[in-house]
Amino acid sequence: MRWFEKQKNIVDFTLSALWRRKGKNITLVSVYTFVIFLVASVVYLTSSIKYEASRVLAEAPDMMVQRLVAGRHDYIPLAYMGAIRDIRGVQGVKSRLWGYYFDQTNSANYTLMVNEEMNIEPGTIVIGSGVARNLLAKEAGAIPFRAYDGSYAFLKIGRILQEDLDLVAADLILLSRQDFRRIFLTPEGQATDLVVEVRNAKELATIARKIVTLLPDTRPILREEILRTYDAVFEWRGGLTILVLSGAFLAFIIMAWDKATGLSAEEKREIGVLKGLGWETSDILQMKFWEGGAVSLTSFLVGLLLAYLHIYFTPAVLFEPVLKGWSVLYPKFQLTPQLSAYHISTLFFLTVVPYTVATIVPSWRAATVDPDLVMRT
Amino acid sequence: MDELIQIREVRKVYNMGRPNELVAIDGVSLAVDAHRATVLKGPSGSGKTTLLSLLGCMARPTSGRISLMDREITSLPERFLTDIRRRSFGFIFQQFNLIKGITALENVMVPAYPTGEKYSSLKKRAAELLDLFDVGRKASAKVEWLSGGEAQRVAIARALVNDPMVIIADEPTAHLDTRLSQELMEIMRTLKAKGKTLIMASHDPIVHESAIVDRVVEMRDGKLVSRD
Repeated sequence: MRWFEKQKNIVDFTLSALWRRKGKNITLVSVYTFVIFLVASVVYLTSSIKYEASRVLAEAPDMMVQRLVAGRHDYIPLAYMGAIRDIRGVQGVKSRLWGYYFDQTNSANYTLMVNEEMNIEPGTIVIGSGVARNLLAKEAGAIPFRAYDGSYAFLKIGRILQEDLDLVAADLILLSRQDFRRIFLTPEGQATDLVVEVRNAKELATIARKIVTLLPDTRPILREEILRTYDAVFEWRGGLTILVLSGAFLAFIIMAWDKATGLSAEEKREIGVLKGLGWETSDILQMKFWEGGAVSLTSFLVGLLLAYLHIYFTPAVLFEPVLKGWSVLYPKFQLTPQLSAYHISTLFFLTVVPYTVATIVPSWRAATVDPDLVMRT
Repeated sequence: MDELIQIREVRKVYNMGRPNELVAIDGVSLAVDAHRATVLKGPSGSGKTTLLSLLGCMARPTSGRISLMDREITSLPERFLTDIRRRSFGFIFQQFNLIKGITALENVMVPAYPTGEKYSSLKKRAAELLDLFDVGRKASAKVEWLSGGEAQRVAIARALVNDPMVIIADEPTAHLDTRLSQELMEIMRTLKAKGKTLIMASHDPIVHESAIVDRVVEMRDGKLVSRD
């Protein structure tokens, strides 16, 4: 109880000491908060985008099989389906038809894909909301597609996909097999790739190996590999942003070091007076600990809160272009907050702890002076 | 008469072994009686302040022994020495050394913070002390706004907040005019009457010629010259 009262008293004194140097401390807290805000924004945005990607890809097939001819992707014969289906452990094989379409008028790339399950009528399409935004298109409107032979196919918009799929479906256009073949001239009996369902996910790698042995011109791609690629891309973008911000960090570190570690003559005199009045070295260090802790913890919490508001309540205005990608079709979607204890504690240990320690060290030197110094000066 | 503090053959050397070595106290032995007023008198550099620091457990002697109420304290670790200093001594520094930017009341409370006393009772006691010295109305004023006399009273209230047995004052009138110096000695008289032991270092006649002073110890070059 006495210990608690003592800490309360020291904290009380510390807070009034901080307020006395409000100019210095407000500057420090503002810059510190801004730095935490920048880093936390990148961390929040990266982890939320990764989460969105993995959530949407959770429905993706376990494995895709493409055909490679001389190292380039080529259409895959439907006859391969039978050979793959016969491999033990394979539950089902389906063919997919899809391709990239470049819209010259808007300089945008769309992904055209045949979707058999949605039973899309020939002459009709289902489009991603990014496409709809880009073309200012509405349901029941029509979009012209330039086919392989220079003729145009006018396809009617049956439906627009919801925005929550935007991260991976912003540029998507779903259409019927007939319309696809008309635009791309895909040979009969061939598909863009095959999707393979496997009974036991642990056997994916073995089955992929067997497919390559059986059909040497194929390349199986696992869902895990796509997820890893997404992770790597967003981690890379996050890292790039942090690298760009490193100048700001460096400036902050230099400023914080200078402000926090340099004790003014007035502060040194005060430490001398406190020692003279019966404060122990450990009391002075506790005071400096609370002081550093108050500055850095306030900045940390305010910075985290501002970053949270920035990412989840404004459309992450500062970093959106970097982290979502440069494209004509920006995905537009509401991010789900992803607060990971790992990220927050990493940030905490990289900012609050070093700052607090940095403020204690010079005070320790000042606090170990003889108390009679105050009598002699 | 009870001997409160005893020092025996004490030497205090600063910067020992360096070219700027200074022998501030050279083989001094002295006993300070309880409930009495002792003044250390002498010119600047005579060792008054250093002896005051040694008597008040603020510094350790280079050699020799110091006892407080027959307890040898020279070899105590810093923690214990600080605790003794906090409980037994109240200090009035030459320039008062009040902490700027905080209120008079907070300044009075500062020495008691590490004791872990409840904030509310400490605040009450500090306010009572300020009232006692007639500066209660200045409790919430920052110390830099106080006049010399008010600052002096706040410094005295601060010295008394832990209810020490001994009041140590280093040149307490050095920055005061005659009227304030006499006022200070009047307060000292009251404190002595309440049973406090007073040890003051001063070369101001208002202090060492005061009627409340029981004993004047004269110093020169770190040694005792005479003991009245």
